[in-house]
Amino acid sequence: MFKVRVIPCLDVKDGRVVKGVKFLDLRDAGDPVEAAIAYDAAGADELCFLDITASHENRDTIYDVVTRTAEACFMPLTVGGGVRTVEDIRKLLNCGADKVSINTAAVTRRAFVKEAAEKFGDQCIVVAIDAKKVSKLGEKNRWEIFTHGGRNPTGLDAIEYAKEVVSLGAGEILLTSMDRDGTKSGFDIALTRAVADGITVPVIASGGVGSLDHLVDGIREGHATAVLAASIFHFGEYSVRQAKEHMAAAGLPMRLDP
Amino acid sequence: MTTAIVDYGSGNLHSAAKAFERAARDAGLNERVLVTNDPKAVAGADRVVLPGVGAFADCRRGLDAVAGMIEVLDETVIKRGRPFFGICVGMQLMAERGREYVVTQGLGWIKGEVDRITPSDPDLKIPHMGWNTLDTLRPHPLLNGIATGANGLHAYFVHSYQLGVADKGDLVATAEYGGPVTAIVGHDNIVGTQFHPEKSQRLGLALIANFLKWKP
Repeated sequence: MFKVRVIPCLDVKDGRVVKGVKFLDLRDAGDPVEAAIAYDAAGADELCFLDITASHENRDTIYDVVTRTAEACFMPLTVGGGVRTVEDIRKLLNCGADKVSINTAAVTRRAFVKEAAEKFGDQCIVVAIDAKKVSKLGEKNRWEIFTHGGRNPTGLDAIEYAKEVVSLGAGEILLTSMDRDGTKSGFDIALTRAVADGITVPVIASGGVGSLDHLVDGIREGHATAVLAASIFHFGEYSVRQAKEHMAAAGLPMRLDP
Repeated sequence: MTTAIVDYGSGNLHSAAKAFERAARDAGLNERVLVTNDPKAVAGADRVVLPGVGAFADCRRGLDAVAGMIEVLDETVIKRGRPFFGICVGMQLMAERGREYVVTQGLGWIKGEVDRITPSDPDLKIPHMGWNTLDTLRPHPLLNGIATGANGLHAYFVHSYQLGVADKGDLVATAEYGGPVTAIVGHDNIVGTQFHPEKSQRLGLALIANFLKWKP
Protein backbone atom coordinates (compact mmCIF):
# COMPACT_ATOMS: atom_id res chain seq x y z
CA MET A 1 0.00 0.00 0.00
CA PHE A 2 1.14 3.49 -0.87
CA LYS A 3 2.05 5.61 2.14
CA VAL A 4 1.90 9.25 3.19
CA ARG A 5 5.32 10.90 3.55
CA VAL A 6 6.70 12.92 6.45
CA ILE A 7 9.61 15.12 5.41
CA PRO A 8 11.84 17.03 7.81
CA CYS A 9 13.43 20.07 6.19
CA LEU A 10 16.80 21.50 7.18
CA ASP A 11 17.93 25.02 6.31
CA VAL A 12 21.59 24.85 5.39
CA LYS A 13 23.86 27.90 5.16
CA ASP A 14 27.53 27.71 4.19
CA GLY A 15 27.36 23.94 4.76
CA ARG A 16 25.94 24.23 8.28
CA VAL A 17 22.46 23.73 9.69
CA VAL A 18 20.96 27.10 10.57
CA LYS A 19 20.44 27.36 14.33
CA GLY A 20 21.36 23.70 14.75
CA VAL A 21 19.22 20.69 15.44
CA LYS A 22 18.52 20.21 19.11
CA PHE A 23 16.39 17.09 19.16
CA LEU A 24 19.13 14.57 19.64
CA ASP A 25 22.44 14.34 21.33
CA LEU A 26 24.40 15.05 18.20
CA ARG A 27 28.14 15.47 18.47
CA ASP A 28 27.84 18.42 16.14
CA ALA A 29 24.34 19.90 16.00
CA GLY A 30 25.35 22.08 13.08
CA ASP A 31 26.39 19.26 10.79
CA PRO A 32 23.64 18.55 8.26
CA VAL A 33 24.98 15.04 7.68
CA GLU A 34 24.65 14.10 11.33
CA ALA A 35 21.12 15.48 11.38
CA ALA A 36 20.33 13.50 8.23
CA ILE A 37 21.61 10.28 9.80
CA ALA A 38 19.45 10.89 12.88
CA TYR A 39 16.35 11.59 10.78
CA ASP A 40 17.04 8.51 8.68
CA ALA A 41 17.16 6.40 11.83
CA ALA A 42 13.96 8.04 13.09
CA GLY A 43 12.04 6.89 10.02
CA ALA A 44 11.83 10.08 7.97
CA ASP A 45 10.39 9.24 4.57
CA GLU A 46 12.48 11.81 2.75
CA LEU A 47 14.79 14.58 3.73
CA CYS A 48 14.84 18.10 2.35
CA PHE A 49 17.83 20.46 2.40
CA LEU A 50 17.15 24.09 1.67
CA ASP A 51 20.39 25.87 0.88
CA ILE A 52 20.19 29.48 1.98
CA THR A 53 23.85 30.28 1.41
CA ALA A 54 23.96 33.87 0.27
CA SER A 55 27.50 34.37 -0.93
CA HIS A 56 28.47 33.05 -4.29
CA GLU A 57 31.85 31.70 -3.19
CA ASN A 58 30.29 29.41 -0.58
CA ARG A 59 27.70 27.92 -2.93
CA ASP A 60 29.74 24.78 -3.47
CA THR A 61 29.38 23.82 0.21
CA ILE A 62 25.98 22.25 -0.52
CA TYR A 63 27.52 19.76 -2.96
CA ASP A 64 29.81 18.48 -0.24
CA VAL A 65 26.88 18.19 2.19
CA VAL A 66 24.79 16.25 -0.33
CA THR A 67 27.69 13.95 -1.24
CA ARG A 68 28.43 13.11 2.38
CA THR A 69 24.73 12.59 3.15
CA ALA A 70 24.29 10.19 0.24
CA GLU A 71 27.29 8.21 1.47
CA ALA A 72 25.78 7.78 4.91
CA CYS A 73 21.99 7.66 4.35
CA PHE A 74 20.14 5.43 1.94
CA MET A 75 17.03 7.54 1.88
CA PRO A 76 15.53 10.00 -0.61
CA LEU A 77 16.88 13.51 -0.61
CA THR A 78 15.49 16.72 -2.11
CA VAL A 79 17.71 19.78 -2.37
CA GLY A 80 16.56 23.32 -3.07
CA GLY A 81 17.84 26.86 -2.86
CA GLY A 82 19.63 28.69 -5.62
CA VAL A 83 18.90 26.11 -8.33
CA ARG A 84 19.04 28.16 -11.52
CA THR A 85 20.56 26.12 -14.32
CA VAL A 86 20.49 22.63 -15.79
CA GLU A 87 24.10 22.36 -14.66
CA ASP A 88 23.10 23.11 -11.02
CA ILE A 89 20.60 20.24 -11.22
CA ARG A 90 23.07 17.86 -12.77
CA LYS A 91 25.63 18.57 -10.06
CA LEU A 92 23.14 18.02 -7.23
CA LEU A 93 21.86 14.77 -8.75
CA ASN A 94 25.40 13.55 -9.29
CA CYS A 95 26.19 14.22 -5.65
CA GLY A 96 23.29 11.99 -4.64
CA ALA A 97 20.16 14.19 -4.53
CA ASP A 98 17.05 12.47 -5.89
CA LYS A 99 15.02 15.57 -6.53
CA VAL A 100 15.79 19.24 -6.84
CA SER A 101 13.48 22.02 -5.88
CA ILE A 102 13.28 25.11 -8.08
CA ASN A 103 11.79 28.30 -6.72
CA THR A 104 12.68 31.76 -8.03
CA ALA A 105 14.24 30.48 -11.25
CA ALA A 106 10.87 29.00 -12.26
CA VAL A 107 9.10 32.27 -11.54
CA THR A 108 11.52 34.33 -13.58
CA ARG A 109 11.91 31.87 -16.44
CA ARG A 110 9.17 29.28 -16.79
CA ALA A 111 10.94 27.50 -19.68
CA PHE A 112 13.56 26.35 -17.19
CA VAL A 113 11.04 23.90 -15.72
CA LYS A 114 10.47 22.37 -19.14
CA GLU A 115 14.18 22.11 -19.94
CA ALA A 116 14.84 20.47 -16.58
CA ALA A 117 11.99 17.95 -16.89
CA GLU A 118 12.97 16.94 -20.39
CA LYS A 119 16.56 16.48 -19.33
CA PHE A 120 16.11 14.73 -15.99
CA GLY A 121 12.50 13.49 -16.07
CA ASP A 122 9.53 15.14 -14.35
CA GLN A 123 9.93 12.84 -11.33
CA CYS A 124 12.95 14.77 -10.05
CA ILE A 125 11.77 18.31 -10.66
CA VAL A 126 10.02 19.87 -7.68
CA VAL A 127 8.74 23.42 -8.00
CA ALA A 128 8.62 25.26 -4.68
CA ILE A 129 5.81 27.77 -4.39
CA ASP A 130 5.72 30.41 -1.67
CA ALA A 131 2.20 31.80 -1.55
CA LYS A 132 0.51 34.51 0.48
CA LYS A 133 -3.19 35.24 0.74
CA VAL A 134 -4.00 38.52 -0.99
CA SER A 135 -7.81 38.45 -1.01
CA LYS A 136 -9.56 40.52 1.61
CA LEU A 137 -12.07 39.29 4.15
CA GLY A 138 -15.30 38.39 2.41
CA GLU A 139 -13.67 38.15 -1.00
CA LYS A 140 -13.10 34.89 -2.84
CA ASN A 141 -9.81 33.31 -1.68
CA ARG A 142 -6.84 34.35 -3.76
CA TRP A 143 -3.19 33.61 -3.14
CA GLU A 144 -0.24 35.21 -4.85
CA ILE A 145 3.29 33.91 -5.44
CA PHE A 146 6.02 35.71 -3.53
CA THR A 147 9.76 35.30 -3.95
CA HIS A 148 12.77 36.14 -1.76
CA GLY A 149 11.33 34.77 1.44
CA GLY A 150 7.96 36.41 0.95
CA ARG A 151 9.28 39.91 0.30
CA ASN A 152 8.71 40.23 -3.42
CA PRO A 153 5.21 39.97 -4.86
CA THR A 154 5.01 38.63 -8.41
CA GLY A 155 1.39 39.25 -9.31
CA LEU A 156 1.07 35.55 -10.17
CA ASP A 157 -1.97 33.62 -8.94
CA ALA A 158 -0.75 30.60 -6.96
CA ILE A 159 -3.23 28.09 -8.35
CA GLU A 160 -2.83 29.17 -11.97
CA TYR A 161 0.94 29.17 -11.55
CA ALA A 162 0.90 25.66 -10.05
CA LYS A 163 -1.11 24.41 -13.03
CA GLU A 164 1.28 26.08 -15.42
CA VAL A 165 4.47 24.61 -13.94
CA VAL A 166 2.88 21.16 -13.84
CA SER A 167 2.00 21.45 -17.53
CA LEU A 168 5.68 22.31 -18.13
CA GLY A 169 6.89 19.20 -16.33
CA ALA A 170 7.04 19.84 -12.58
CA GLY A 171 6.68 16.44 -10.93
CA GLU A 172 5.82 17.72 -7.48
CA ILE A 173 4.85 20.97 -5.80
CA LEU A 174 6.34 22.04 -2.49
CA LEU A 175 3.71 24.48 -1.31
CA THR A 176 4.54 26.87 1.52
CA SER A 177 2.10 29.31 3.02
CA MET A 178 4.06 32.45 3.82
CA ASP A 179 1.23 33.55 6.10
CA ARG A 180 1.58 30.44 8.23
CA ASP A 181 5.32 29.82 8.04
CA GLY A 182 6.77 30.04 11.55
CA THR A 183 3.38 30.63 13.21
CA LYS A 184 2.76 27.07 14.44
CA SER A 185 -0.94 27.62 13.69
CA GLY A 186 -1.22 24.83 11.11
CA PHE A 187 -1.09 24.64 7.32
CA ASP A 188 -3.20 26.98 5.23
CA ILE A 189 -5.68 24.21 4.46
CA ALA A 190 -7.74 26.18 1.94
CA LEU A 191 -4.61 26.98 -0.06
CA THR A 192 -3.27 23.43 0.13
CA ARG A 193 -6.55 21.93 -0.96
CA ALA A 194 -7.08 24.43 -3.77
CA VAL A 195 -3.64 23.63 -5.23
CA ALA A 196 -3.77 19.85 -4.59
CA ASP A 197 -7.21 19.49 -6.15
CA GLY A 198 -6.21 21.63 -9.11
CA ILE A 199 -3.21 19.62 -10.28
CA THR A 200 -2.29 16.02 -11.10
CA VAL A 201 1.09 15.80 -9.32
CA PRO A 202 1.78 15.32 -5.59
CA VAL A 203 1.70 18.32 -3.27
CA ILE A 204 3.92 18.63 -0.19
CA ALA A 205 2.20 20.86 2.38
CA SER A 206 4.53 23.21 4.23
CA GLY A 207 4.46 26.16 6.58
CA GLY A 208 2.84 26.43 9.98
CA VAL A 209 3.08 23.03 11.62
CA GLY A 210 2.80 23.33 15.38
CA SER A 211 1.15 20.06 16.38
CA LEU A 212 0.85 16.51 15.14
CA ASP A 213 -2.82 17.04 14.31
CA HIS A 214 -1.73 19.71 11.86
CA LEU A 215 0.11 17.00 9.91
CA VAL A 216 -3.05 14.89 9.76
CA ASP A 217 -5.07 17.91 8.61
CA GLY A 218 -2.63 18.64 5.80
CA ILE A 219 -3.29 15.22 4.30
CA ARG A 220 -6.93 14.71 5.17
CA GLU A 221 -8.29 18.23 4.78
CA GLY A 222 -5.62 19.73 2.55
CA HIS A 223 -5.38 16.71 0.21
CA ALA A 224 -1.59 16.88 0.22
CA THR A 225 0.31 13.61 -0.31
CA ALA A 226 3.21 14.57 1.93
CA VAL A 227 3.87 16.95 4.81
CA LEU A 228 7.00 18.93 5.50
CA ALA A 229 7.99 20.37 8.84
CA ALA A 230 11.10 21.87 10.35
CA SER A 231 10.97 23.31 13.83
CA ILE A 232 8.71 20.74 15.52
CA PHE A 233 11.29 18.12 14.68
CA HIS A 234 14.48 20.13 15.05
CA PHE A 235 13.73 21.37 18.53
CA GLY A 236 12.70 18.02 19.88
CA GLU A 237 9.01 18.71 20.47
CA TYR A 238 8.17 15.56 18.55
CA SER A 239 10.17 12.83 16.88
CA VAL A 240 9.46 11.81 13.30
CA ARG A 241 8.47 8.40 14.63
CA GLN A 242 5.93 9.98 17.03
CA ALA A 243 4.51 12.03 14.18
CA LYS A 244 4.08 8.98 11.99
CA GLU A 245 2.53 6.92 14.76
CA HIS A 246 0.11 9.75 15.48
CA MET A 247 -0.86 9.95 11.81
CA ALA A 248 -1.28 6.17 11.62
CA ALA A 249 -3.50 6.25 14.72
CA ALA A 250 -5.61 8.86 12.93
CA GLY A 251 -6.12 6.33 10.14
CA LEU A 252 -3.58 7.52 7.56
CA PRO A 253 -1.42 4.94 5.74
CA MET A 254 2.08 5.36 7.14
CA ARG A 255 5.38 3.54 6.69
CA LEU A 256 6.41 2.25 10.10
CA ASP A 257 9.17 -0.16 9.11
CA PRO A 258 11.33 -1.09 12.10
CA MET B 1 34.59 -10.70 -7.21
CA THR B 2 33.91 -7.44 -9.01
CA THR B 3 30.65 -5.61 -9.55
CA ALA B 4 30.82 -3.03 -12.32
CA ILE B 5 28.44 -0.11 -12.07
CA VAL B 6 28.14 1.37 -15.53
CA ASP B 7 28.95 5.07 -15.58
CA TYR B 8 27.13 6.83 -18.39
CA GLY B 9 26.40 10.06 -16.56
CA SER B 10 23.37 8.79 -14.66
CA GLY B 11 22.38 10.88 -11.67
CA ASN B 12 22.14 8.10 -9.11
CA LEU B 13 25.58 6.67 -9.83
CA HIS B 14 27.16 7.94 -6.64
CA SER B 15 24.34 6.81 -4.31
CA ALA B 16 24.12 3.43 -6.06
CA ALA B 17 27.86 2.82 -5.68
CA LYS B 18 27.76 3.73 -1.99
CA ALA B 19 24.78 1.46 -1.37
CA PHE B 20 26.51 -1.48 -3.10
CA GLU B 21 29.66 -0.88 -1.04
CA ARG B 22 27.66 -0.74 2.17
CA ALA B 23 25.55 -3.81 1.35
CA ALA B 24 28.68 -5.82 0.50
CA ARG B 25 30.38 -4.73 3.73
CA ASP B 26 27.32 -5.47 5.89
CA ALA B 27 26.97 -8.91 4.31
CA GLY B 28 30.66 -9.68 4.85
CA LEU B 29 31.28 -10.04 1.11
CA ASN B 30 34.67 -9.27 -0.30
CA GLU B 31 33.24 -7.51 -3.33
CA ARG B 32 35.01 -4.83 -5.32
CA VAL B 33 32.55 -2.19 -6.50
CA LEU B 34 33.87 -0.54 -9.60
CA VAL B 35 32.26 2.54 -11.14
CA THR B 36 33.38 2.56 -14.74
CA ASN B 37 32.72 3.84 -18.24
CA ASP B 38 35.27 1.44 -19.69
CA PRO B 39 33.60 -1.35 -21.70
CA LYS B 40 36.63 -3.61 -21.08
CA ALA B 41 36.17 -3.31 -17.32
CA VAL B 42 32.47 -4.15 -17.69
CA ALA B 43 33.35 -7.18 -19.83
CA GLY B 44 35.75 -8.36 -17.12
CA ALA B 45 33.32 -7.91 -14.20
CA ASP B 46 31.49 -10.73 -12.44
CA ARG B 47 28.31 -8.66 -12.07
CA VAL B 48 26.96 -5.63 -13.89
CA VAL B 49 24.72 -2.84 -12.59
CA LEU B 50 23.03 -0.25 -14.76
CA PRO B 51 21.77 2.66 -12.67
CA GLY B 52 19.51 5.26 -14.18
CA VAL B 53 17.51 8.30 -13.32
CA GLY B 54 15.89 10.79 -15.61
CA ALA B 55 14.12 10.61 -18.91
CA PHE B 56 14.33 7.40 -20.96
CA ALA B 57 15.58 9.03 -24.16
CA ASP B 58 18.19 11.05 -22.32
CA CYS B 59 19.51 7.94 -20.54
CA ARG B 60 19.62 6.02 -23.81
CA ARG B 61 21.60 8.87 -25.38
CA GLY B 62 23.99 8.77 -22.43
CA LEU B 63 24.53 5.05 -22.83
CA ASP B 64 25.02 5.37 -26.60
CA ALA B 65 27.62 8.07 -25.99
CA VAL B 66 29.94 5.58 -24.26
CA ALA B 67 31.63 3.97 -27.26
CA GLY B 68 31.24 0.20 -27.34
CA MET B 69 29.24 -0.04 -24.09
CA ILE B 70 25.98 -1.39 -25.52
CA GLU B 71 27.83 -4.09 -27.47
CA VAL B 72 29.74 -5.10 -24.36
CA LEU B 73 26.57 -5.18 -22.26
CA ASP B 74 24.93 -7.49 -24.81
CA GLU B 75 28.00 -9.69 -24.91
CA THR B 76 28.55 -9.81 -21.13
CA VAL B 77 24.97 -10.05 -19.94
CA ILE B 78 23.06 -11.82 -22.69
CA LYS B 79 25.72 -14.03 -24.31
CA ARG B 80 27.90 -14.74 -21.27
CA GLY B 81 25.14 -14.65 -18.67
CA ARG B 82 26.70 -12.42 -16.03
CA PRO B 83 24.20 -11.36 -13.33
CA PHE B 84 22.75 -7.98 -14.25
CA PHE B 85 20.81 -5.46 -12.15
CA GLY B 86 19.01 -2.49 -13.74
CA ILE B 87 17.82 0.27 -11.42
CA CYS B 88 14.87 2.55 -12.28
CA VAL B 89 15.53 3.85 -15.80
CA GLY B 90 18.39 1.34 -15.93
CA MET B 91 15.68 -1.30 -15.60
CA GLN B 92 13.37 0.42 -18.07
CA LEU B 93 16.18 0.46 -20.65
CA MET B 94 15.95 -3.35 -20.80
CA ALA B 95 12.59 -3.00 -22.56
CA GLU B 96 12.16 -2.95 -26.31
CA ARG B 97 10.95 0.64 -26.42
CA GLY B 98 10.41 3.70 -24.25
CA ARG B 99 7.60 6.19 -24.84
CA GLU B 100 8.64 9.06 -22.53
CA TYR B 101 8.35 12.32 -24.55
CA VAL B 102 9.59 10.47 -27.68
CA VAL B 103 9.75 6.85 -28.81
CA THR B 104 13.22 5.46 -28.09
CA GLN B 105 14.68 2.01 -28.64
CA GLY B 106 15.64 0.07 -25.53
CA LEU B 107 18.08 -2.81 -25.18
CA GLY B 108 15.32 -5.30 -26.02
CA TRP B 109 16.23 -7.76 -23.24
CA ILE B 110 12.75 -7.84 -21.73
CA LYS B 111 9.79 -7.96 -24.08
CA GLY B 112 7.58 -4.96 -23.49
CA GLU B 113 7.40 -1.18 -23.59
CA VAL B 114 7.84 1.64 -21.11
CA ASP B 115 4.74 3.78 -20.95
CA ARG B 116 3.05 6.26 -18.66
CA ILE B 117 1.37 4.95 -15.51
CA THR B 118 -2.40 5.28 -15.67
CA PRO B 119 -3.94 4.59 -12.23
CA SER B 120 -7.61 3.58 -12.23
CA ASP B 121 -8.28 6.08 -9.44
CA PRO B 122 -8.08 9.61 -10.94
CA ASP B 123 -7.28 11.05 -7.51
CA LEU B 124 -3.94 9.25 -7.45
CA LYS B 125 -1.13 11.58 -8.38
CA ILE B 126 1.52 10.99 -11.03
CA PRO B 127 4.52 10.61 -10.46
CA HIS B 128 4.07 7.60 -8.20
CA MET B 129 6.32 9.17 -5.61
CA GLY B 130 6.98 7.67 -2.22
CA TRP B 131 7.04 4.44 -0.27
CA ASN B 132 5.05 1.39 -1.26
CA THR B 133 4.97 -2.28 -0.33
CA LEU B 134 5.68 -5.05 -2.84
CA ASP B 135 3.36 -7.83 -3.98
CA THR B 136 5.33 -10.78 -5.27
CA LEU B 137 4.09 -12.80 -8.22
CA ARG B 138 6.81 -15.39 -8.04
CA PRO B 139 9.74 -16.11 -5.77
CA HIS B 140 13.09 -14.66 -6.75
CA PRO B 141 16.51 -14.97 -5.07
CA LEU B 142 16.69 -11.17 -4.81
CA LEU B 143 13.77 -11.24 -2.38
CA ASN B 144 15.25 -13.88 -0.08
CA GLY B 145 14.52 -13.01 3.53
CA ILE B 146 12.71 -9.78 2.62
CA ALA B 147 9.20 -9.34 3.99
CA THR B 148 6.79 -8.45 1.17
CA GLY B 149 3.02 -7.98 1.03
CA ALA B 150 0.84 -5.47 2.86
CA ASN B 151 2.76 -5.79 6.12
CA GLY B 152 6.16 -6.08 4.49
CA LEU B 153 8.99 -3.61 4.13
CA HIS B 154 8.69 -0.58 1.85
CA ALA B 155 10.51 0.41 -1.31
CA TYR B 156 10.99 3.97 -2.54
CA PHE B 157 9.46 4.77 -5.93
CA VAL B 158 9.73 7.94 -7.94
CA HIS B 159 8.52 7.52 -11.51
CA SER B 160 5.83 8.41 -14.00
CA TYR B 161 6.51 5.57 -16.45
CA GLN B 162 6.65 1.83 -16.00
CA LEU B 163 7.83 -1.21 -17.92
CA GLY B 164 4.78 -3.06 -19.19
CA VAL B 165 6.10 -6.60 -19.69
CA ALA B 166 4.73 -8.58 -22.63
CA ASP B 167 5.55 -11.93 -21.02
CA LYS B 168 3.96 -12.08 -17.56
CA GLY B 169 6.59 -14.63 -16.53
CA ASP B 170 9.10 -11.76 -16.47
CA LEU B 171 7.15 -9.98 -13.74
CA VAL B 172 8.49 -10.73 -10.24
CA ALA B 173 6.72 -8.11 -8.12
CA THR B 174 4.30 -5.22 -8.43
CA ALA B 175 3.24 -2.32 -6.23
CA GLU B 176 -0.40 -1.34 -5.87
CA TYR B 177 -1.12 2.17 -7.15
CA GLY B 178 -4.56 2.26 -8.72
CA GLY B 179 -3.72 -1.13 -10.23
CA PRO B 180 -0.48 -3.08 -10.22
CA VAL B 181 2.65 -1.11 -11.16
CA THR B 182 5.75 -3.04 -12.29
CA ALA B 183 8.21 -3.11 -9.38
CA ILE B 184 10.64 -5.96 -10.16
CA VAL B 185 11.28 -7.77 -13.44
CA GLY B 186 13.47 -10.82 -13.84
CA HIS B 187 14.50 -13.04 -16.71
CA ASP B 188 17.23 -15.66 -16.37
CA ASN B 189 20.35 -13.77 -15.17
CA ILE B 190 18.85 -10.30 -15.45
CA VAL B 191 16.82 -8.44 -12.88
CA GLY B 192 15.60 -4.89 -12.54
CA THR B 193 13.75 -2.76 -10.02
CA GLN B 194 11.60 0.25 -10.76
CA PHE B 195 12.15 1.48 -7.23
CA HIS B 196 15.50 2.74 -5.98
CA PRO B 197 17.18 0.11 -3.78
CA GLU B 198 19.91 2.67 -3.02
CA LYS B 199 17.22 4.85 -1.43
CA SER B 200 15.07 2.14 0.12
CA GLN B 201 16.90 1.81 3.41
CA ARG B 202 16.63 -1.73 4.86
CA LEU B 203 14.77 -3.35 1.98
CA GLY B 204 17.16 -1.82 -0.51
CA LEU B 205 20.37 -2.90 1.18
CA ALA B 206 19.01 -6.44 1.72
CA LEU B 207 18.04 -6.71 -1.94
CA ILE B 208 21.45 -5.49 -3.10
CA ALA B 209 23.15 -8.01 -0.79
CA ASN B 210 20.99 -10.76 -2.33
CA PHE B 211 22.07 -9.65 -5.79
CA LEU B 212 25.73 -9.82 -4.78
CA LYS B 213 25.21 -13.43 -3.61
CA TRP B 214 23.05 -14.45 -6.58
CA LYS B 215 24.32 -17.26 -8.79
CA PRO B 216 21.80 -17.55 -11.63
